Amino acid sequence: MSDQDRIDLQDVAPAEVAELDLYQRREKIYTRKIEGYFQRVRLYTGWPLLLGYFLLPWLDWEGRQAVLFDLPERKFYILGLVFWPQDFPMLAFLLIIAAFGLFAVTTVAGRIWCGYTCPQTVWTSIFMWLEQKTEGSRNQRIKLDKAPWSLEKLVRKVAKHGSWLFVGFATGLTFVGYFYPIKTLVPDLANLQASGWAVFWIFFFTVATYANAGWMREQVCKYMCPYARFQSVMFDQDTLIVSYDQKRGEPRGSRKRSAKLEELNLGECIDCELCSQVCPTGIDIRNGLQYECIGCALCIDACNSVMDKMQYPRGLIRYTSEHELQGGTTHWLRPRIIGYVVVLCLMVGVFWYNMLTRVPLELTAIRDRNQLYTTTDSGAIDNIYTLQLVNMHPDSHEFEISISGIDGAKIIGDTHYRLDGGEVRSITLRVRAEPETLDKPSTQLDFKAVASDLPSLQASSESRFMKPL
Amino acid sequence: MASFWSLWVIILTAVTIVGITWILFANRKREQQPQEKTTGHVYDGIEEYDNPLPAWWFYMFLITILFGVGYLIVYPGMGNFPGLLGWTQVDQHDREVTTAEEKYRDMRDRYLALPVEEIAGDPKVRKMGMRLFGNNCAQCHGADAKGAYGFPNLTDDDWIYGGDPATIKATLINGRRAAMPAWGDILGDQGVSESTEYLLALNGRDVDDAKASAGEKHFKTYCAACHGADGTGNPALGAPNLTNGIWLYGGTREQIAHTLRAGRNGVMPAFDKTLSEDKIHILTAYVYSLSQ
Repeated sequence: MSDQDRIDLQDVAPAEVAELDLYQRREKIYTRKIEGYFQRVRLYTGWPLLLGYFLLPWLDWEGRQAVLFDLPERKFYILGLVFWPQDFPMLAFLLIIAAFGLFAVTTVAGRIWCGYTCPQTVWTSIFMWLEQKTEGSRNQRIKLDKAPWSLEKLVRKVAKHGSWLFVGFATGLTFVGYFYPIKTLVPDLANLQASGWAVFWIFFFTVATYANAGWMREQVCKYMCPYARFQSVMFDQDTLIVSYDQKRGEPRGSRKRSAKLEELNLGECIDCELCSQVCPTGIDIRNGLQYECIGCALCIDACNSVMDKMQYPRGLIRYTSEHELQGGTTHWLRPRIIGYVVVLCLMVGVFWYNMLTRVPLELTAIRDRNQLYTTTDSGAIDNIYTLQLVNMHPDSHEFEISISGIDGAKIIGDTHYRLDGGEVRSITLRVRAEPETLDKPSTQLDFKAVASDLPSLQASSESRFMKPL
Repeated sequence: MASFWSLWVIILTAVTIVGITWILFANRKREQQPQEKTTGHVYDGIEEYDNPLPAWWFYMFLITILFGVGYLIVYPGMGNFPGLLGWTQVDQHDREVTTAEEKYRDMRDRYLALPVEEIAGDPKVRKMGMRLFGNNCAQCHGADAKGAYGFPNLTDDDWIYGGDPATIKATLINGRRAAMPAWGDILGDQGVSESTEYLLALNGRDVDDAKASAGEKHFKTYCAACHGADGTGNPALGAPNLTNGIWLYGGTREQIAHTLRAGRNGVMPAFDKTLSEDKIHILTAYVYSLSQ
């Protein structure tokens, strides 16, 4: 046979089809410690927030805790302001403003919330630091986990989990302290006099902190957090992202430190994989923008430290935008940003105005419904009302009740009531009107309550006056 | 116990739980596509990686299924099966009511030990009484207790059966049934009209004098027995005072004539079954305080 007639043997047996589990255990991430500019920024933004969280419940204001969410009494105290359940729309509005602000920030600077201020990141960083202190550096930890159990391993693990539980307990205790005055909570706990629910919630938040920051870590960011899922929707070509500059870095490859870059056929990336080793979500940023990236800038600091050692310019991995990576410049002031800022200013303005003009008095008039009306012997018509007067002002005042809307209508009953600060009073009274003054079976009647010593403290409520058809 | 609908629910629930468990396990294994990293679908040019799901999701699903099974064993849910704990909504409600009653009974019992006159001025009693009044009495007597057509004013001095604490309490406990007879047939239209004039005269209103004197004769014959010779009433019989200008059913000629003609059978319900002794005691004190 000639060579041209030869037919090469082909293996036609089907390839072994491997079976995969739909679910896979995650690989444990061992992060490497790195220092750098952005990690210092994180300290400066993180510490004030942490101190604020832990110290705020201990602050007092006029005899009570300055920030207290008193659920049983249905009052939220924030410094000098007291919010009643009636103020709930304000709270909702405040949360909307906060969310909108977050979206505005995301459009400009990407996921800096995630990387610097999110409690998940902050507490995970604390727990990682404790892990470093008790179990050692990255390589030491990998070795320790592989090693068989020994006294040293036991001591290190106990120290780590103990310190984690301690931080978790402090966090849980402080959190409950925002709802149950912390200055009584701590002694109550010590004397075993704290209520069952307080103990339960402290235990719950301790375990939740321990589980989230000790075990779950990036699983929260990857699978549980809603912001992580929708934040990319607010990105555009000019949003700040953490990115690897492929043009500068590729082709990657290791080289002698003394080698000159211009003479090599390589990019600036020396493939040291430090960026992957420091990443808390376990990704390789050189693969491009990924949704797991929380923008913590650890890879930036890592790469910059290597660039410094190689005496290459910094910024192979840096904060940049898609636009800039493509060769343009980042447009900071674009219509979207201007729109966000304008709307935010409007919303904050409306909120501020509402807060300033908020009157801490509420009047609600409820008309008796079983007896729609009753006729007196002289032929006048009576309607019976229950007024609820809520004095949300901290001081006691004398209030005068008056009516308007029907000529000659009179109140039968007391019109002056003194209410303590924070008191809610039910007032029953009758309104009497002559049938000639009423041309419709149902006429609008307005009630007004005014504080005698503070005319700006007034509220009104609209009701109806009924007469026979 | 196992009616059709009970079986229906049991079978559907069981099949669903088994089905969910099967879905969970059946989807676990899949073939590894050699070079495929994506699912193969393309939406507007966007493709989707086929990454594995976290293992802890699998355990979470498993735990929820086990929790569901455990729950259905212990609580009702499988048709008519009452659950091993025997929990019912009614029981839970009863237990809550009992707990609440226990909590407040001590407080109310302290007042029960004291006489009505003594506690009538206590602001706490007033507040409790106002709430009890609002729930039980205001529907008829008005939120301000000043009454309405057919329902007496509890804030004035005019009491049909008596305004002392013991009588008020008896009224609350046993209720009242008014028995004003219908005089229409006996008096006739003329007699009713004359009696009305006399009654109005008793109250100092402008009347036809001739009719009123005729009415006086009718009054002495028929009315004085219950309402007294001078018309000032008889609390023992529940006959109102007809001379004080307070008319339960209205003071116009037409309304008084109607009362005479048709009679009145007003009803005050008995509250002994609805309200406990301590609540009635506080309510008595409140009502008593209104007229003081």
